[in-house]
Amino acid sequence: MALLAEQLLNGLQLGVMLFLLAAGLTLVFGIMGVINLAHGSLYMVGAFGAAVVAQATGSWWLALLGGLLAAGVTGMVMELVVLRRLYARDHLDQVLATFGLILFFNQLMVLLFGRQPRFVALPAWFTGSVEIIPGVPYPSYRLLIIAVGLAVAGGLYLLIQRTRIGMLVRAGATHREMVRALGVDIRLLYTLVFGLGALLAGLAGIMAGPVFNVQVGMGEQILIQTFVVVVIGGIGSVRGALFGALLVGVVDTLLRGFVPGLLRGVLDASQADALGAALSSMGVYVLMALVLLIKPRGIFPAHA
Amino acid sequence: MAEPILEIAGLVKRFGGLTATDHLSLDVRPGEIHALIGPNGAGKSTLIGQLVGEIAPDAGTVRFLGQDVTRASVPARVKMGLGRSFQIVQLLDEETALANVALAVQAHAGHSFRFWRRADRDERLLAPARALLDQVDFPEPRRAARVADMSAGERKVLELAMVLAGAPRLLLLDEPMAGLGASESIRMTDTLRALKGGPAMLLVEHDMDAVFALADRITVLVYGRAIATGTAAEIRANPAVQEAYLAEEGA
Amino acid sequence: MREKIALAILFAAAVALPFLMRALDLPGGTGVATSILCLAFAASSLNLIIGHGGMISFGHAAYYGIGAYTVGILWEHFRQQEPIFGLIPGTDQLLITLPAAMLMAGLAAAVIGALSLRTSGVQFIMITLAFAQMLFFLFVGLKAYGGDDGMTIRRRNAVPGLDLRDIDQLYWLVLGVLCAWLFLQWRIVGSRFGRVLEGIRQNERRMRAIGISPYPYKLAAFVIAGMGAGAAGALMANYMRFVSPDIMSWQKSGEIMVVVILGGIGTLLGPVLGAIALQGLEFFLGGLTEHWAIILGPILVVVVLFGRGGIMALVNRLLGVRRG
Repeated sequence: MALLAEQLLNGLQLGVMLFLLAAGLTLVFGIMGVINLAHGSLYMVGAFGAAVVAQATGSWWLALLGGLLAAGVTGMVMELVVLRRLYARDHLDQVLATFGLILFFNQLMVLLFGRQPRFVALPAWFTGSVEIIPGVPYPSYRLLIIAVGLAVAGGLYLLIQRTRIGMLVRAGATHREMVRALGVDIRLLYTLVFGLGALLAGLAGIMAGPVFNVQVGMGEQILIQTFVVVVIGGIGSVRGALFGALLVGVVDTLLRGFVPGLLRGVLDASQADALGAALSSMGVYVLMALVLLIKPRGIFPAHA
Repeated sequence: MAEPILEIAGLVKRFGGLTATDHLSLDVRPGEIHALIGPNGAGKSTLIGQLVGEIAPDAGTVRFLGQDVTRASVPARVKMGLGRSFQIVQLLDEETALANVALAVQAHAGHSFRFWRRADRDERLLAPARALLDQVDFPEPRRAARVADMSAGERKVLELAMVLAGAPRLLLLDEPMAGLGASESIRMTDTLRALKGGPAMLLVEHDMDAVFALADRITVLVYGRAIATGTAAEIRANPAVQEAYLAEEGA
Repeated sequence: MREKIALAILFAAAVALPFLMRALDLPGGTGVATSILCLAFAASSLNLIIGHGGMISFGHAAYYGIGAYTVGILWEHFRQQEPIFGLIPGTDQLLITLPAAMLMAGLAAAVIGALSLRTSGVQFIMITLAFAQMLFFLFVGLKAYGGDDGMTIRRRNAVPGLDLRDIDQLYWLVLGVLCAWLFLQWRIVGSRFGRVLEGIRQNERRMRAIGISPYPYKLAAFVIAGMGAGAAGALMANYMRFVSPDIMSWQKSGEIMVVVILGGIGTLLGPVLGAIALQGLEFFLGGLTEHWAIILGPILVVVVLFGRGGIMALVNRLLGVRRG
């Protein structure tokens, strides 16, 4: 029971991380109609930015600022130089151009920081653990991630439901032509949305630093899962992204937690672990395939 | 009286709070041109969508050649003999006129799971395609032009040739005059008149000259309901129609 | 006419390549050329569905990998003299392993295609990627066949009358199979089936309106493309004498896609030229710096943004051929 509770919290933590990435990705999909494979690069850039600043200054706050700045600036340059030219192109061109961007950013990080994974220390006040569920001590830093993620989800909700920009974002995701017809400066809106997405991806990367290692290629691992989230949730829907992210996070974590154990009953330990890891890695893709077969446009489709 | 080619009974389609098709019943008889007119937003396009199978109705039935096709797919209806033209022409833009029609001939000639023989030199496809282009008076020198380089009028005529390749029993014509110049409209009217007696037609059109010149019967659609059906003279004289539609159009 | 002459010269040069490599004293050259042909083969098969059918599959490496693993698994069971599931004996005969690879890849493509083709657009791109990732992780987990580390095929497959340990003979074999495939694909594209596929790419709604259900045609093309990739993978496994899950990674799928676009989408020889160009570029940039990807990435971006039609468009312009 305690194990299950801990795994659920782990799933929730992975879920909110995925949500931070998926929110930006789904808005960029929904509003600009662009598939941005390089979204994971922003996550990586944010993580590296924070790690470098943290090692140089020892300040967690400066690291946060550095990571956000790195991801935000990279995102804006990316939008200005490449993505802006891709809005009117077909998906194939978008996939290929942003695939090229991944090659570039991965190699750039190797060039700047080498291939060795970087370890990032936990902020001093979050090294301990908390027993929020009696009998289940849980690392307080992971609780912080969950709290930040849920706070961002709440903030996004307010931004999208209550502000003028949010109104345009909502309208843009469902009636792209109408927003253009309204005479809104669509370029500015695009840049803002893209910048917001970049900041969220960077934030996810910064928080991921102390939990996973900061290394080249970290962006793609999580990016493909983020795509799964976006497609399950329904492209263009932030609500769908939240739902999909938590679903994928919990399912993935539970499978990893329990499938190898179940297999050990029938196979020898090393085979069970390998096959179990493989099967649980496949789990979220099976989930996505199932969802798409029942609802080809995802659970909360934004476009009518 | 002969059995109708197309029979619509109690058709309903709602989009949220809007009823686009409201318990609509009408029929198209063999050989006749039945025109469907109505102001913008009357639900004409929605109706065409349900007749060809692109939109699923919420209630009611569509019977074609005596069979219930309410749930049949677009290709299934086309294979039974339903031909449709689009309000905005749908063609293969990278192909020539001849290649477009040849593909329509091929689609009508059975399945296309044939992987070896070259289709672009197959006289069994090209000869009928040329005959169809002759039938609609598509000018000889333009037949090797790509659709992307054609005028609006040429595209409309080409699309008609593609529809005729399916040997249709019923033509659903969604605004065949839309986007045409005055002389092109007159030519299209002549072309359609020449087809009369062959396939029956359901003609959705805004061009009243064309409607009154071609139609045997006219149905007036307002807010998804048929408010009147009759000959051109009857429709002209109908006060409800004048109020709802003709007055507004004439203004 | 010019096209035919250019084609004949290209073919003669391809056949003569091993001699040329020996004359130039580049012993590794023929091997590199063999791997380029395998990549070109996989890209050609993808071109059938992307270029002619408009289906953007982001998981084509899965079928490439299945073809390679078929050779590897059959070899492993042949080596251990232990039938698969106690039923199917292993083999090292290419005349069996190659069709088997195509069969397995075709079966996988049939299942994955049947499910994926219910979606379209972005969802189709992502679901094909997801299925490929599933297979990737499956092979990572199959410890019996090397798991993560992959498996070594100690000896290349046997073909009566040939000795594939000789790299020149392997090269000619791969060249022959690739040419046969390209000829087959050329016939398919020009056939009634090919016309329908092309029509579906250009306007699916129009195709329905002339009475054609797109789904079975798309699925058939998807399966044919999968079989082609399977054959390419089987040949690649023979060249490398090694298979690992990397061959079906999503980066590999991306690379195959890049080859198609770089060479010229929807053209017969585009993927071949694209494979030569990509490998050549990697080789050339690799000579300049170990961080060659930092240059290759932006080159790809530029090609996508400004290089409409890829290398094939350039070639046609040079030959004075007008193409639609």
